[in-house]
Amino acid sequence: MNWKRSVIAVAVIVPVIVLFWYGLSLDPRTIPSPLPGQPAPEFTLKLMDPPEGVGERGEVYTATAIGADAASAGTVSLAELRGKVVVLNFWASWCLACRDEHTALSEVATLYRDRGVVFYGVLYNDTPEPARRWIEEMGGQSYPTLLDPGSRTAIDYGLYGVPETFFIDPEGKVAYKHIGPVTRALLMQKLDEILAAGGEGT
Amino acid sequence: MRRSVLRHGVGLLLTGMLLGTNPVVATTQEPSDSVAALEALTSKVAAQLRCPVCQGLSIQDSPTELALEMRAVIRDQLAEGRTPEEVKAYFVSKYGEWILLEPKPEGFNLAVYALPIAGLLVGAGALVLSVRRWTKQGGAGVAEGMVGDLPE
Repeated sequence: MNWKRSVIAVAVIVPVIVLFWYGLSLDPRTIPSPLPGQPAPEFTLKLMDPPEGVGERGEVYTATAIGADAASAGTVSLAELRGKVVVLNFWASWCLACRDEHTALSEVATLYRDRGVVFYGVLYNDTPEPARRWIEEMGGQSYPTLLDPGSRTAIDYGLYGVPETFFIDPEGKVAYKHIGPVTRALLMQKLDEILAAGGEGT
Repeated sequence: MRRSVLRHGVGLLLTGMLLGTNPVVATTQEPSDSVAALEALTSKVAAQLRCPVCQGLSIQDSPTELALEMRAVIRDQLAEGRTPEEVKAYFVSKYGEWILLEPKPEGFNLAVYALPIAGLLVGAGALVLSVRRWTKQGGAGVAEGMVGDLPE
């Protein structure tokens, strides 16, 4: 009789332990994104600082990095950027991890400027004033930042925190999504991959 | 008499609840008098979606900036004439099925719905068997003793 009970006890307890083991090994904060491989959500956003006002401090971001039409209108829409690799980095001045990745983003943006890669920052739940101060404090940003009032674009991109970085291929598809701060190595590796894939296609 | 009044009351209450929460009724109203209905429907949809920056809170219950902005998105989409299902599908397309607080009853998810019922049945079965065994072993005396211990 006793062995029967033990068998039942084991049969009940073991699956529970296995389930707990599996469940507790998951990070409740990771949200699987369905976006990679899908067409990137379209957006038309205002530039925080249209290029006209830039240059006094000698920053490198000018109309050459942005489409000339977009620069004149003071807005950028993803549709205009078809044919280019777009790196979209959501950031905020209150975001600590954004400080870690800032130098890498600025440097790689400059490195890949002539290879058909454009970088854009998207300000998330922040206002231009602290954002400009932050950029100044960090020693400049080599690419423009866009404003996203109401976080409509952020929600369209399934954002749940900053920093998050989206790599969009020349056809306008999300090639890769990175959660958390990016590094120089990661940026360059992903960009090389996307550029190589694009080169084969054309 | 009192019982029938009570029953009518409950009936009315139930119909009221059904009408109030029925999305079809809410969306087919004129836009002018549907502000309250839109707000109610927004809350209803928001309560079914998970807040991405919280732990186990719905967008409706979360006071975070992102949740408030998501509520605004829900309200706008409903005002544009999208159905609650379409709004939910929009969020699923952005955040994955993760965003649904209640998993869709299909595939592996069915376990969530079936297991509690299965557990209940197994438990009831075990209880019936045990009670039978106890009563067979002359449990009548125990039962009488227990009656005496019960409070009034």
